[in-house]
Amino acid sequence: MDNGNPILELRFRSRADQLKDMRCAVRKAIEPLGFSADDAQCIVLAVNEACMNIMQHAYGNCQEGDIILEIFDQPQAVLFRLTDFAAPIKICNIKSRDLEDIRPGGLGVHLIQQVMDDVEYQNDPEGIGNTLLLRRRKR
Amino acid sequence: MECTVRTEGPYTIVALSGEVDLYYSPKARENILLHLNKKCNVLVDLSAVSYIDSSGVASLVEGFQLARSNKADFGLVGVSHAAMQVLQLARLDKVFPIYSTVAEATANK
Repeated sequence: MDNGNPILELRFRSRADQLKDMRCAVRKAIEPLGFSADDAQCIVLAVNEACMNIMQHAYGNCQEGDIILEIFDQPQAVLFRLTDFAAPIKICNIKSRDLEDIRPGGLGVHLIQQVMDDVEYQNDPEGIGNTLLLRRRKR
Repeated sequence: MECTVRTEGPYTIVALSGEVDLYYSPKARENILLHLNKKCNVLVDLSAVSYIDSSGVASLVEGFQLARSNKADFGLVGVSHAAMQVLQLARLDKVFPIYSTVAEATANK
């Protein structure tokens, strides 16, 4: 399957102090793709939220795992692929919560769904790790 | 992220600047809750926030809830465009009291 033109590949530790550099790299990578400043900011937010979810839920805040972020430029969209090496997650458990219930936490999935046009979770067929695909159309 | 605290009128202002993310948001949370637990009325100044994620927003929600249980005032002041964008995505822009200035908050008290 052709994912598109690869424009970034980044591997970093599952640690919160790595997120700032990741965001910088994403901003720089998507800058030439024609998104408005607001849309680019939202895209960076969504990718950041996805990384946070991997850190907190897939790796359970254990800081020893790695995350691979790849960005592909497609003719009509940009594709983000996030790969981790944690135990397979239960995809059916991933859902956005009721926002009428005002409480801290649990906003990540909602924010990702608000920004991205397609969100797809995959377990590795060999049982090691997970892949998250995020796709945002170029308007 | 930087966090400074000042007093203006009836309010303790917790001013955040820079990027409020998973690494830095615990510091924001600590400062917000510290002053609310002292029974202060707190405004969180977001005018210099260039980025905030769901962990930063969670700190604000926690402050909002603690203030309500303490019967203290809590709001956001000078919300930057970047921060407002996230609050709108999270549908929290109509939940927090939001003021342009501390004077406006004081007038509404």
